[in-house]
Amino acid sequence: MSERLADWTRGEEAITYQTCTACDHVQYFHRAFCAACGVTGLREARASGKGRVYATSLVCRAATPETRAHVPYNILLVDCSEGFRMMAHGANGLAIGDSVTASFRPFAGTLVPFFTKET
Amino acid sequence: MSFMTGVGLTSYGKHEGSSSLDLMSKAAQLALDDAGLKRADIDGILCGYSTVSPHIMLATVFAEHFGIRPSYAHAVQVGGATGLAMTMLAHQLVEAGVCRNMLVVAGENRLTGQSRDASIQALAQVGHPDYEVPLGPTIPAYYGLVANRYMHEYGVTEEDLAEFAVLMRAHACTHPGAQFHDPITVADVMASKPVAMPLKLLDCCPVSDGGAAFVISRERTGEAGVRICGCAQAHTHQHVTAMPGLSELGAEISIARAKQATGLAISDVRYAAIYDSFTITLAMLLEDLGLAGRGEAADRVRSGHFGRDGAMPLNTHGGLLSYGHCGVGGAMAHLVEAHLQMTGRAANRQVRDASIALLHGDGGVLSSHVSMFLEQVA
Repeated sequence: MSERLADWTRGEEAITYQTCTACDHVQYFHRAFCAACGVTGLREARASGKGRVYATSLVCRAATPETRAHVPYNILLVDCSEGFRMMAHGANGLAIGDSVTASFRPFAGTLVPFFTKET
Repeated sequence: MSFMTGVGLTSYGKHEGSSSLDLMSKAAQLALDDAGLKRADIDGILCGYSTVSPHIMLATVFAEHFGIRPSYAHAVQVGGATGLAMTMLAHQLVEAGVCRNMLVVAGENRLTGQSRDASIQALAQVGHPDYEVPLGPTIPAYYGLVANRYMHEYGVTEEDLAEFAVLMRAHACTHPGAQFHDPITVADVMASKPVAMPLKLLDCCPVSDGGAAFVISRERTGEAGVRICGCAQAHTHQHVTAMPGLSELGAEISIARAKQATGLAISDVRYAAIYDSFTITLAMLLEDLGLAGRGEAADRVRSGHFGRDGAMPLNTHGGLLSYGHCGVGGAMAHLVEAHLQMTGRAANRQVRDASIALLHGDGGVLSSHVSMFLEQVA
């Protein structure tokens, strides 16, 4: 198995995903094995950062002082073009089906993926 | 076969100065008294969890505190589905001959025992620690995402969702133990503070103190009887990011299994007790379970279908949305109310016919599901 690529969950400006070399299953949550067939042969890659909005929710009530400083912030589920779904932040006003592209922004002391409408 | 022989429920809201163990004990005593049983009759205990007082062995902490030395005891954790999951397990343990009388109990001082922020933060941890929680979502945001998608796919509006909050409040107004007794309108829900759009404050259940308990027994202890016909579960995912499509959710799977296990159909059901953490939860579950057509649940609320005198009375105590939500005990109140209805003890809330009840609970973000059928035995 290849070495783990750094991504936004480790402070890098990247989104990574895994593809099973045996069954082609695509997974976003990093694991040492394929959740579909169990084999350990996984190929890691950087995603293009392109996708479509699956759902949005504008958070207006946050629970910590760090996140409260950012309200309102838009939480998205994005269906990425590589075939996995991820949670991210996005521009206000995005709607289901919008084509979006990822950038990265600081949020509550960390770096998070932030999607905007593809122009 | 197993019988629900006793139920106990505290009021929900503020119980200043009461610990989780106090609320569990109060509900447990009420359930024992209702069943006509003594501590020594209880040989099994299942309990939920408390976010205020976490413990790795809560069932034995409670057993020692309450004064029982059971032959079987442990805690169960399936989020909002815990109450029904414990009842399912109690039913199976009793059927298998492991226990004669099982006490199922939960209670938590979630409102006065910690800050609202602490509650919201504790619950948001059902999200993925690396891929979701750093984004600052809350439980309402997880359900807000689901609501946004459901509304898009089935043409449901925010006003439609508001109907469920109004109905649950109307029901709570008739129960002295409910947390809220002021009637609300669709306009009130629409004007309430945005929490995680499209969900607003009145689309969300409150944080409450309270406790609930019941006894599941091999034999009946009183004249009025309620039998557990059968139950089933389904668990499709934990995190909303990994949730399957809206047509493949666990509620449809677990109800299909429960129907198969009991030979019952939705057309047999006379009373419904359905999990309602948010208005969207209730709308979706009613439609997933087949208690309303896709996108039609709100119309059924408007026509009175789910009211006390309607064809399918629903959560006549006011549900999580308005009776209150104290954690595991929250959805157990639905079961207590179903029992009261089935034994003709629901006072001014009594429905005409509660001969067969359908109960459904959901934990996580529509992650874990338990469906259960109860039957009145004369």
